[in-house]
Amino acid sequence: MTETASVPARTLDRLNPVARLLCALLLALPILITLDWVSSGAMLVLEIVAFRLVGVGFRTLRRLLPVAVLALIAAASMALYGRPGGTVFVRWWLVIISERSLLMALAVGLRVLALALAAVGLLGGVDPTDMADGLAQIVRLPARFVLGTLAGIRLLSLLAEDWRSLGLARRARGLGDHGRLRRFFSMVFALLVLAIRRGTKLATAMEVRGFGAAGRQRTWARESRLGPADAVGLGLTLVIDAVSLTAAVAAGTFWFIWTGVPD
Amino acid sequence: MSLVEASGWGWRYAGRRAWAIRDLDLTIDAGERVLLLGASGAGKSTLLLALAGVLGGSDEGTEAGRLLVDGQHPTRLAGRVGMVQQDPDSQAVLARIGDDVAFGCENLAIPRPAIWREVRRSLDAVGLGLPLTHPTHALSGGQKQRLAIAGLLAMQGAAAERRPGVLLLDEPTANLDPTGVGEVRLAIEHVLADRRTTLIVVEHHVDVWQDLIDRVIVLGPAGLVADGDPAAVFSAHGRELADAGVWVPGVPLPVVPRHQRTRPENVNPAHEVADPGVTQPLQNPVTPIPLTGVVGVRPPTGGDSVAQPLQNPATALEMAGIAGVRPPAPILHTEDLAVGYAAGAVVQSDINVALPRGVSTVITGPNGVGKSTLALTLAGLLPQLTGHVVASEPLRPPPANRRQRRVPDLADPHDWTSAQLLTRLGTVFQEAEHQFVAATVRDELATGLATLRWAGARIAARVDELLATLHLADLAEANPFTLSGGEKRRLSVGSILAGGPEIIVLDEPTFGQDRTTWIDLVRLIMSLLDVGRTVVSVTHDRAFLAVLGEHRIELS
Repeated sequence: MTETASVPARTLDRLNPVARLLCALLLALPILITLDWVSSGAMLVLEIVAFRLVGVGFRTLRRLLPVAVLALIAAASMALYGRPGGTVFVRWWLVIISERSLLMALAVGLRVLALALAAVGLLGGVDPTDMADGLAQIVRLPARFVLGTLAGIRLLSLLAEDWRSLGLARRARGLGDHGRLRRFFSMVFALLVLAIRRGTKLATAMEVRGFGAAGRQRTWARESRLGPADAVGLGLTLVIDAVSLTAAVAAGTFWFIWTGVPD
Repeated sequence: MSLVEASGWGWRYAGRRAWAIRDLDLTIDAGERVLLLGASGAGKSTLLLALAGVLGGSDEGTEAGRLLVDGQHPTRLAGRVGMVQQDPDSQAVLARIGDDVAFGCENLAIPRPAIWREVRRSLDAVGLGLPLTHPTHALSGGQKQRLAIAGLLAMQGAAAERRPGVLLLDEPTANLDPTGVGEVRLAIEHVLADRRTTLIVVEHHVDVWQDLIDRVIVLGPAGLVADGDPAAVFSAHGRELADAGVWVPGVPLPVVPRHQRTRPENVNPAHEVADPGVTQPLQNPVTPIPLTGVVGVRPPTGGDSVAQPLQNPATALEMAGIAGVRPPAPILHTEDLAVGYAAGAVVQSDINVALPRGVSTVITGPNGVGKSTLALTLAGLLPQLTGHVVASEPLRPPPANRRQRRVPDLADPHDWTSAQLLTRLGTVFQEAEHQFVAATVRDELATGLATLRWAGARIAARVDELLATLHLADLAEANPFTLSGGEKRRLSVGSILAGGPEIIVLDEPTFGQDRTTWIDLVRLIMSLLDVGRTVVSVTHDRAFLAVLGEHRIELS
């Protein structure tokens, strides 16, 4: 039955999409527990190493560039306005740059990067069809919901083409020079109508093929299940979690996020 | 017992006063191949939806009488009755072709191994020899329709007892090019070879299915109009069906090909005497519509019609192809043009073509060679990727008086403003709905004129004339999105003609249109040519090519 499924190109693709989703959630866990630069930094380094091992290329990582900018902004605001502590380097009006605020800035920046890397690396390139298989069969989400969403995603590419034609047609109709806002709304309205039309037709096509009949069980042409590869992946994820938390405790920077601010 | 039995059957959609179909009595036996005809609104699609069991329950409408398939209500026949509809894009449900065919079997709870056996068998049956993971969005229209048929075959094959199925086709080839039509027709022929499967097909183009069907049923507002052997039905009702929009084989089209007319003025003396102020109905078989007066067409001025030297050697070669006609000067030509939607995605390059003034140019070629892209580029909507689109001197807008930040290139239609395009280059899109911008038919026609800063009274007068010409007067206050297919097409053409553009670009104007709308459109285009307008059409339609293919550009 392998010829019916997409062929795994990287080691990571041997994981079930549901397992990948679970890994991404698990990697976020330490980051949510503690706010410190050691755990975030360790997490980031371990993620990079692990992704290299399972075949995630630097091309994927390049997609993180916008996130890097975001991380920098978050870090900068923390550096300038974070709660001061330790040596104060700069004091100017509301801005106080201190030893503590700089460390917090570093932690925040690394944290954003580590979270984004986990999400992009694990979930980037997941085939929606495979994800749907997993969500319906492993997580047992309702088939109507999963398949309806999947069919809807497919319509999005058609709507992108519609949007382009709508824009060209506005120019042909003499509405291309002024009234940008009005033009936008006329396009949104038309797109909405077209989307509903297409959706209705698609729903009929699905119904004709017996979809949505109440009370009837349905089979799945392709089995989606968790295998040894998924166990290894989840295990590796837990190791990364454990190592980064241990590192923070060992370095004495561990700060449980719900307790008060350490002094 | 017959397979399909209707007795006094009718359906009224919830919220409607009129019955979509009523008092239908008919029987169809297993293995019969039926062509279902009737004017638009006769309830053909409603009948197919009912037979497919997807018309809905009591909250969707009211059912009268009885409609049975194999002695049961159609909603209880999971998988035996399958339907393919007109729009190929909304027939595929899933992203991979294997999964898409398997979808119906899954819904019938067929065990896994049986599903894949049926998937392979069905794909073979419709001649789709592609890998099961092939993406559905990469299929051509004809392939998408065959995929939908395969999905139904798989369900019928996998369903218990393997009882012969029923195939319902609702204009399955209306949105396909000739290659796609041939593919779908061949696939159906193959499926029907068992002589067990029952076929009910709705189609305006009778010739597609003519050799395959053995019975014709004609629906009218009051039940059956005709029912019987195809030859007998067509000889008795051919004329009537043709007038209702059906392409009946053998009924001639009341249009004379452009190139068979010596000079437009001499062919139709009526044109000379026609009062330019009076608007004639489009369907009038003899009198052409006197569009002079209707859409503000001016007879070509002396200066405009003087032949100009060709500006491009390739153009000269092109023009030599028109036998016996002194080539008019091009109103627009291209120089080493490359077209595409994005800089990195050139669809077609090194295009050197010219549009002769006052002539109908037709762009043809197989799918995906960039016909529409070229048309939209010629129309000043898409930018040239490389090379140039050059408008002739008289077509160019006058230089602006006030100082502009950037001086536009007046020879390049893409550099014109949207308002400047209105009177020079009009584009009718393939999907009429893409170009609707107003809430009523009347406003739709007035929009461009308002942009041109016409006075209110003048706009009202012009719009009234257009409404009459396009037979849309009764629908003036209707929302454009609620019109029928033919009405939408007429409105989309009308909204572009309102501004009186010198060149009209039409992208697949006759796609999916019935015979009546087709004749309307061709007449309208001819009348534009008669008053000196230039028309460019992208088309696959052979009949259109035969009457309007004066100058052809074939892309490959």
